Amino acid sequence: MPINETLSRFSDWSYTTTVAIYVLALLFFLIEQSFGVKGRNAAQRTRERAKELVGAGAPVVTESTVPPTAVTPDRVGRAERIGRMGMALTVLGVLLHLSALVLRGLATSRVPWGNMYEYVMAVTFIGVVTWLVMARRFPVRHLSGFVLLPIVILMFIGGTMLYAVAAPVQPALQSYWMVIHVSAAIIGSGVFLVPGVASVLYLMRSAHEKNPKKFARFADRIPAADILDRITYRTTVFAFPVFTFGVLCGAIWAESAWGRFWGWDPKETVAFVAWVVYAAYLHSRATAGWRGQRAAIINVIGFALTVFNLFFVNLVSVGLHSYAGVG
Amino acid sequence: MTVTETPAEPEKKPYRPSAVTRILGFARNTWRGLTSMRTALVLLFLLSLAALPGALLPQRALNSAKTDEYIAAHGWWGELLDRLQFFGVYSSVWFSAIYLLLMVSLVGCLAPRSVEYVRSMRAQPVLTPRNLSRMPHHHRVEVSASPEDVLAAAHTRLKGWRKVEREEANGVRSISAERGYLRETGNLVFHFGMLGLVVFFALGKLFSYEGQVIVQANGSQPFCNSGIYAYDSFHPGLRVDGTKLSPFCLKVNDFAARYTPAGQPEHYESSIEYQTGEDLNTGAWRPYHLEVNDPLRIAGDRIYLLNHGFAPKFTVTFPDGTSRTQAIQWRPVDVQTYLSEGATKFDRPGVTDSEQRRKQQLAITGLFAPTAFLHGNVLTSSFPELRNPAVAVDVLRGDLGTDSGRGQSIFEVDQSQVDKGALKKVARQNLELGQELTLDDGTKIKFDGVEQWVALQVSHDPTQGFVLGFAIAMFAGLIGSLLVKRRRLWVRVTPVTTGDDLRRTVVEVGGLARTDQAGYGEEFNRIAVEIPRAGRKD
Ligand code: HEM
Repeated sequence: MPINETLSRFSDWSYTTTVAIYVLALLFFLIEQSFGVKGRNAAQRTRERAKELVGAGAPVVTESTVPPTAVTPDRVGRAERIGRMGMALTVLGVLLHLSALVLRGLATSRVPWGNMYEYVMAVTFIGVVTWLVMARRFPVRHLSGFVLLPIVILMFIGGTMLYAVAAPVQPALQSYWMVIHVSAAIIGSGVFLVPGVASVLYLMRSAHEKNPKKFARFADRIPAADILDRITYRTTVFAFPVFTFGVLCGAIWAESAWGRFWGWDPKETVAFVAWVVYAAYLHSRATAGWRGQRAAIINVIGFALTVFNLFFVNLVSVGLHSYAGVG
Repeated sequence: MTVTETPAEPEKKPYRPSAVTRILGFARNTWRGLTSMRTALVLLFLLSLAALPGALLPQRALNSAKTDEYIAAHGWWGELLDRLQFFGVYSSVWFSAIYLLLMVSLVGCLAPRSVEYVRSMRAQPVLTPRNLSRMPHHHRVEVSASPEDVLAAAHTRLKGWRKVEREEANGVRSISAERGYLRETGNLVFHFGMLGLVVFFALGKLFSYEGQVIVQANGSQPFCNSGIYAYDSFHPGLRVDGTKLSPFCLKVNDFAARYTPAGQPEHYESSIEYQTGEDLNTGAWRPYHLEVNDPLRIAGDRIYLLNHGFAPKFTVTFPDGTSRTQAIQWRPVDVQTYLSEGATKFDRPGVTDSEQRRKQQLAITGLFAPTAFLHGNVLTSSFPELRNPAVAVDVLRGDLGTDSGRGQSIFEVDQSQVDKGALKKVARQNLELGQELTLDDGTKIKFDGVEQWVALQVSHDPTQGFVLGFAIAMFAGLIGSLLVKRRRLWVRVTPVTTGDDLRRTVVEVGGLARTDQAGYGEEFNRIAVEIPRAGRKD
């Protein structure tokens, strides 16, 4: 199937524009985060909510619907408006991001995740979408900058160092398993980005709660640890089975493509390790003394491994998974 | 979450416990420690830590040449790592030890949990707490309906919940309901599935084998799975000695590849014929279309198309008029262009005296290009497809060393014979298809065709079906365990008599999610509002 050069060029433009828009949104969010009353309000609200829960002697954290962003109209400050603009920009960015993916797929007449460039593009897309979903449910919009930062970095690396021209994939990749296995891996990894960031914020916030001098400049604008903890748990619990499914499908595919379902290929190994780490995260939440900070640390390790798997294993080590498509 | 009960402190005895008691106590404590969730966590971490070097260091089982290179390059450090089994992580003592401990720990935690599970499946929902307003979810209304009506409505609304109605003092009645037992089921299925998977994975390492073989793609040379010697390389499991391989034969009739204009392969396929079981006696052959990603599955084995390559065909015509034709596989040295190298070796026909024979052996070595491209006189290949084949050959004459008893690579001549002067270069030339060269003694060598070969892999793993089954069970269990919410709900109805003698009922609903899954709030609110409303008769 020939490559449609025009569509591929449009895809590249969309990609570049997406990165630019994200950078702009990132700046907006930073302004909101630094100067916004909203951030402080949100922090205040969640602190009160946390007190209520403790007051009720609640043995289990339960959810009550977060009050709609209750800022009195006359107090909608400039920073708040800038934050909303940031959000609008992010949504615009996501749409362009999506079109970059779709155009790539149309240009090559296959799923647009056949090399590392495309893979990074898809993973970051899922990451942003997940964040948008979370930001609708929890009062965390002013933290969007912290999520966009790794997204922009990943996309920058993807667009410069890993860029590959649109091309078909080699015979071993031409299978419907490619669609199933790789999309599960992408969704899993992309969603894992959000708990990874939320856990880092959680660690900063709880360090600050223990010792107010730490991260004093902005930790009190991070919502209470409990909200971050819930975001982390929710997203991890969603991503974990998807990731598990991806690994299982990978094994089934490997059986028919490479002659064995598991061969401790570097990529398989690191995926296994990351899987075990996320399982440990889920366990740690049910183990006394491991909840909270330790769980957050485990989650951060899990995400670090996911990124490591993407970059190190594809670029440095040589395994059957070396389909990076970079020179 | 499980609640661990601390066993009652045993009474202090004035005398020292006997040795047996102490040993039993020690064993019990070890067992408890090993099967606690915290230990499982630590073991999980250790396992992931132990698995990592396998991704960072070259592994002998995957790439032994690279491993040796690494050891050589790192001096004593490499040697030490080697001695500590870091180049065979997944079969190392320490990795196996962690693996085994984790399994013991898993069994140890699964056994009591299963018992607990059976018990909780039979048990009735717990008593209604005295003070429902202390529950995380609480709702209280007064309605103008009788307690019976409210309770009936509650029973209808709570269909699918496990529930029990209880009578309390002063005409107060309550329902305790619980739902989401499937969570615990899922959790157990998940962990048992994992146990089964790991056990069968380990068994597979004992009884599996894997062999690679190159077969000419012209139907001339059937391959039979009759023993290890039939393979070019063979990797048996620990309990496989190669004597009882599944019997089958196959031959490869052709091979075809499709490429993009840039020379990237798009598709490989090969038609083969095979026989197993009864066919081996009757001699019948069955056809199969072999492709990458689509192995042939027969007789408990799988046959994969791994790679392909070319075998240049040479005809040697000796001065006495006798001739010999051979097409031996050459191996690709460039995976992009399939520039290949090899050595096609000839004995002079009709020469029986071994002394004479050893003076007149011939070897045609050099490069083969499927699509020739010449830089001056240097042959390279510009495309992996057979478009304009050519060879650049050195012809060597003399003693190939094949009688020395030492095994020889089919892709090379024995370099020591060249160094000794027993094998001498007598010609060097580039040949296109159909061209020939003439040696000093009048021998003619003609490059008169190209055959193709395929590299096949035969894999045997009797346990992989079980592994798949357990993996699926594990996944299903995981879904149940993560999606299902275990939650409790209580309804208490208290009849009240107001001043105007109307019968009214206070309905109190309390709720508690037993897992740290969010999202019970909405469901609770819906139920808590619906029950009193449905109970009203207006
Ligand atoms: C060896 C002893 C083990 C014990 C005692 C154990 C115990 C448990 C328990 C009690 C839960 C439920 C936690 C909850 O209710 O939230 C759980 C969940 C889970 N376990 Fe294990 N487990 C063990 C081993 C493993 C291993 C080796 C893995 C995988 C590497 C694993 C993966 C999981 C996962 C993914 C969950 C999440 C399901 C959920 O949250 O309900 N477990 N385990």
